[in-house]
Amino acid sequence: MRQHVLTQRERLLLTGNEAIARGAYEAGVKVATGYPGTPSTEILEALARTEDVYVEWSTNEKVAMDVALGASLGGVRALCTMKHVGLNVAADTFMTASYTGVGGGLVVVSADDPGMHSSQNEQDNRYYAKFAAVPLLEPSDSSEAKEFTRLAFEVSERFDVPVLLRITTRIAHTRGLVELGPRQEPASMGYVRDPRKYVMLPAYAQKRHPVVLSRLSRLQEFAASPEFLRWELRDRAVGVITSGVCYHYVREVLPEASVLKLGMTYPLPLEQIRAFAREVERLFVVEELEPFLEEMLKAEGLAVEGKAFFPRQGELSPDLVREGFVRVGVLLPAESRAMSEVPTTPRPPVLCPGCPHIVPFLALRRLGAVVCGDIGCYTLAALEPLQAMDTCVAMGSSIGMAVGLAKAGSAPGPVVAAIGDSTFIHAGIPALVDAVYKQADITVLILNNGTTAMTGGQPHPGTGLTIRGGQTKALDLVALCRAAGVEHVHVVDPYDIAATFVAIEEAIHHQGVAVVITNRPCVEAPVKIRDNPFIVVPQKCIACQLCMNLGCPSISWSVETYEGRPKVVIDPATCTGCTVCAQICPTDAIQLFPSPRAVPGEKAGQSRG
Amino acid sequence: MGEVRNLLIVGVGGQGVVLASDIVAAVCLRHGYDVKKSEVHGMAQRGGVVYSHLRYGPNVHSPLIERGRADALLALEWSEALRWLPYLRPGGVLVVDMVRSIPPIALRDRMTWKSAYPPMDVDQVRALQVEVCACNAGQLAEELGNRKVANTILLGILSNLLEFSQEEWEEALSAVVPPHTVDINLQAFRLGRSVHAERFTAGGIPVDLPPTYGVPRRFRVEIVEAWCKGCGICVRLCPEECLRLDSRERAKVGDPGRCTGCQICQLLCPDFAIAVHEEQVEEASIRG
Ligand SMILES: Cc1ncc(C[n+]2csc(CCOP(=O)(O)OP(=O)(O)O)c2C)c(N)n1
Repeated sequence: MRQHVLTQRERLLLTGNEAIARGAYEAGVKVATGYPGTPSTEILEALARTEDVYVEWSTNEKVAMDVALGASLGGVRALCTMKHVGLNVAADTFMTASYTGVGGGLVVVSADDPGMHSSQNEQDNRYYAKFAAVPLLEPSDSSEAKEFTRLAFEVSERFDVPVLLRITTRIAHTRGLVELGPRQEPASMGYVRDPRKYVMLPAYAQKRHPVVLSRLSRLQEFAASPEFLRWELRDRAVGVITSGVCYHYVREVLPEASVLKLGMTYPLPLEQIRAFAREVERLFVVEELEPFLEEMLKAEGLAVEGKAFFPRQGELSPDLVREGFVRVGVLLPAESRAMSEVPTTPRPPVLCPGCPHIVPFLALRRLGAVVCGDIGCYTLAALEPLQAMDTCVAMGSSIGMAVGLAKAGSAPGPVVAAIGDSTFIHAGIPALVDAVYKQADITVLILNNGTTAMTGGQPHPGTGLTIRGGQTKALDLVALCRAAGVEHVHVVDPYDIAATFVAIEEAIHHQGVAVVITNRPCVEAPVKIRDNPFIVVPQKCIACQLCMNLGCPSISWSVETYEGRPKVVIDPATCTGCTVCAQICPTDAIQLFPSPRAVPGEKAGQSRG
Repeated sequence: MGEVRNLLIVGVGGQGVVLASDIVAAVCLRHGYDVKKSEVHGMAQRGGVVYSHLRYGPNVHSPLIERGRADALLALEWSEALRWLPYLRPGGVLVVDMVRSIPPIALRDRMTWKSAYPPMDVDQVRALQVEVCACNAGQLAEELGNRKVANTILLGILSNLLEFSQEEWEEALSAVVPPHTVDINLQAFRLGRSVHAERFTAGGIPVDLPPTYGVPRRFRVEIVEAWCKGCGICVRLCPEECLRLDSRERAKVGDPGRCTGCQICQLLCPDFAIAVHEEQVEEASIRG
């Protein structure tokens, strides 16, 4: 954590993300862009700790891709990072960038999330490389992540093509040893005016498509170069073609098998694959998610087996690879090593103590609103106990979906779109303009916590800060909504329960589009906010459980009871002093901790039952 | 391939799981081993489960440990120890802080008031052929003056089970923790390393659990319609959302089955229009 990731020349234990940043740095990258998204976020954060690189959090992935492409055409090396679903947003530019080709090397990182550790789907972005006819690199660990990133810039320039570097959560967030090298400083190629290559009018684009296709066959030969292809002939009875982290699972589970490890998985080095197939008796493909390699190899007439034994959904693991080979009959069923399970409590993610998103959703629930939600920390309001969200699909979808639902005329309550500040700026603005244009009768709730909290607290245009903490212009959300034509725009403090209820109720009653902006900084990022904690006066608590309905993790049951119901206690070590539970308590039992912070009693930090 | 050792460190967001595994990784590196460690960031940090798989040896392939193959499980919280137990190999060691972090979802049963938090029964785990080192690291850390070093105390206990020397541990620790906390972390580590078996709690440790009732109770909410003016206070504040306003703006009982008898409606009704009565069901049996 505290290593100086990008300065010394030695071997360091880096995450895949830090290694990618290092690889780009060593390749002399000049411009790096992206939009935060787990598991890709730390790449730009690591690059922002270096000098000599322009790094930006862009408004969204499409903008990030445009900025990176522009920089590339300007003759310098450019990196663009995002999570898998971000590439859907950026796909418009990405697909045609394959036609324009590049100036300086352009590397696009897609961080996929098999198993959906923190995503709304688990799409397999390897298909994007095939779709756009660009090369696809898949590192298997941190060391390769650095090396492949460095090489990706060379491939990009040599073949005049954007390169897709695809990682997964497991690669992004695993630390492994990485040998550092020096930074190259490739001279800028300068900007070369070339409208036939960069202005994709039909007439020019028609000339570029054949270039794209012939490039593909040259890339196919290149896929066999030793940097990307590894033959490991051992026992010939079983051969495995694999890539990415699955390579290591296969080596772990079947150390004796022959392996053909692919570093470039599109286009495929078919000749070498055929040669490998001839060496082994039975050929398997082990890959996470879709049968991407398997289908291409079967289309080439190769007798490979894969998804019949290994799951097509979720993240693979050494356990699942072992189970697959047991089903194949190559491995004996492992003697049951795992011990029996002992039941334990579930522990889903929750909104933090003091989270400013709690009260607005409490209001929406009590007002019987139909809530089109969006993506961010506040999506957790869909879970117990708030359960105040009806939909959540993709970044920015809330407002458009609310318009559609209102137009359908079937909603059983007032229709509200609830969207975070970063998400609103990412993709909500065009939808708000549309809602006004269509005169939809909806309420838009912008949950402005001054950060992109879900991904760890990155700045966005509304914060007026850059990725390195520098000052820049801040977007004025109220002026923006007014400019879009919204007549009813109210700003409220979500820590004030009564004011928030009133503001939302008024907005709901307003005919047409109404906007409520809840202004209150996130308590965790960019700075931790801790006010004096509150305590429960046990003599006054009637154990009504109203405060428990907030879902605040600082509040739990005490050992004392009132008429058979457990009273509550507040953990002073985690209470942020937001005052919300004190406002809601009908018997005034929740009061300021008598002495200021730093005296969290003998059992602080430990929720008592 | 040489022997690869597997260590799983688990806990709840904010407890220092990742820092603890950074320290172990640094020790392994100093010793000349290959290391991989894997954790998931993001959504999990919002009060959820945090884990770190750590594997070291001459040459490590998979970043993930297979179930039933962890040599040791270091748990910074009791219920997390139970969640990850199936990763431990038979005869493996569990080092656990007997501290509870009760998630809100475990306290949702308002009929029987049963907590979903598992009992802190060390013997139940020992019965599964697990060697258990359980201690109140949180409390020991507080006695040292900083609750946050509980994880370092546990590392001290763990260090007795691994092959590295005290010097290697202390060098790694000093290099990884924030500089102004080196001293207290060294104290915590040494305390953990010297904790004797007797200080491990033998049975379930005495903890105060929330009361648990066996039989749900039933209540009836009586509303005198003539006195109700439809202000809606009871509707807004009923914790169980039992009440609603009908088409004539009068308070009505929607779902009486959810009433817990808290009587907020009765207390707050400005018109004294509400009374809550307990219905006679079988005797509520109370367990401690
Ligand atoms: C297209 C796309 N890009 C990025 C993400 C990752 N992501 C999830 S939530 C979120 C932003 C949340 O910020 P905000 O809307 O301000 O809500 P907060 O978490 O601060 O409450 C991001 C970037 C995503 N899911 N989809």
